[in-house]
Amino acid sequence: MTWSIPWSVAGAALQVLLIVAGAPVLVAVMRQVRARLEGRAGAGLAQPWRDLSKQLRKEPIAPDGSTVVFTAAPAVVVSSTLLIAAAAPFVATTSPLDRTADLYAVVSLLLVGSVAVALAGLDTGSAFGGMGSSRTMTVAALAEPTLLVAGFALSVRVGSSNLGSLVEHAQRSPSAILSPAALLAAVALWIVVVAEAGRLPVDNPATHLELTMMHEATILEYAGRDLALMELGSAMRLAILLGLWGNLFLPWGVATAAGPATLALGAVVCVVKIALLGVVLAASEVFMAKWRLFRIPELLAGSFLFGVLAVSSSFFLA
Amino acid sequence: MSKELFSQLLYLDCGGLLLSSVLMLWRRQLGALITMLTAQGLLLSCLATLLGTQVGGTELYVVAAGILVLKAGVLPTVLRRVLAESRTARETQPLVNVPASLLSAAVLTLVAYGVSQPLVELDPTPATHAAPVGIAMVLLGFFVLVTRRRALSQVAGFLLLDNGIAATAFLVTAGVPLIVELAVSMDLLLVVLILQVLTARLRAEFGDVDIDELRGLRDR
Repeated sequence: MTWSIPWSVAGAALQVLLIVAGAPVLVAVMRQVRARLEGRAGAGLAQPWRDLSKQLRKEPIAPDGSTVVFTAAPAVVVSSTLLIAAAAPFVATTSPLDRTADLYAVVSLLLVGSVAVALAGLDTGSAFGGMGSSRTMTVAALAEPTLLVAGFALSVRVGSSNLGSLVEHAQRSPSAILSPAALLAAVALWIVVVAEAGRLPVDNPATHLELTMMHEATILEYAGRDLALMELGSAMRLAILLGLWGNLFLPWGVATAAGPATLALGAVVCVVKIALLGVVLAASEVFMAKWRLFRIPELLAGSFLFGVLAVSSSFFLA
Repeated sequence: MSKELFSQLLYLDCGGLLLSSVLMLWRRQLGALITMLTAQGLLLSCLATLLGTQVGGTELYVVAAGILVLKAGVLPTVLRRVLAESRTARETQPLVNVPASLLSAAVLTLVAYGVSQPLVELDPTPATHAAPVGIAMVLLGFFVLVTRRRALSQVAGFLLLDNGIAATAFLVTAGVPLIVELAVSMDLLLVVLILQVLTARLRAEFGDVDIDELRGLRDR
């Protein structure tokens, strides 16, 4: 179903605005939930935006010997994430960039962001950057095939890998969400969301010990505007991953028809869904510790196995 | 019970069976393996009950009750007694490490699906469409039996193999005759009891049941 150009542009602009403005608020909500559950007062919902504005006022620094790879990485991360925010179905199922809403294009854009971060970590020449890059690539090498395979399992029944069509199909036949293929794909994709967004048990987002860092180690050398862009980029990636999971498996409320009321409803439901999934993720993190590094390939191999089982059950079990 | 509800429940049950077999490859704790076997016993008796509602007659219900008692009651109790006496509670150093065994499980499941396609085409009903799950459980049971070092893990693999054979028999032939099921269950119980006694004797003689450690001759 294609909309008229003004409405689809409006939908895409609304999505981008919500994700850019709301991603730091999502991070704040998750930190606040963790703080309250751990008996602390927490820093408040505006703290990430305060941090970002403080960092934007500071001077960006590049290490000696680093090249354009280091300085370009924040821009690459934020721009690839903005493209996904405009194209993928969060508020509305169609966008003016309909070709980019294909599953494989979105997965490739996510990978572009991961690779940019890993290359920047290597470019610093420091030991911690290299360590963080190798760990990031270990996780990405196992998580991307799972994304592809689980997405393939969902697109077999629909006949197309366009994410908007997947969401519309799930809206029309809700009993398809309870089939073994969709349940296995849901579990596999949740593990990938946790791994790609760098949350416990794969990576501790609040750690300050360099030897336990994964994402933090690659951005250790950034300061000022570059650091602000990297933090915004990782918050946006978290919001996008949670939004994709929520819309693929809880698709109610996404706007399928053009109009101000449906777009507004779609925006509200998208914000509520992402916030709820973030709260669930943060609450489950309170009960977990970060796993040792050799167990993380086991977790990701298990999620890949779930993806393969999802594909085979979508082919062989009607 | 309508056809759609029956197929949905059947596929959910078979999905649970496959999931518990995969988790047996993933978890290292030996107690978790026994929990998975208990879960599989429960799911198998649910499978027999579901098929009994479609086929009619009381034979399948009796078989379901027997499976519940044996595979979800007696065998896990015997295995937990063996576990309580052993020194270590986890499987260390399997011959194939956990990520590689999970990827092999993916390959084995695809092989099971490929191999059972001619079987499904002979009689395409909802139950036979799920037959690959039983064959996948058989292959995974062989895999656990071959690649684990602890005697208890190998017994768990053998029981997974038998659960897979029972699941295939139920799905493909809509039940086995009561007398065959009784005979197989009796054999199974005897094998597990013999293995328990053997394990206890091994531990008393050599102090450990790691099969690889038993290679050398000991002078006592």
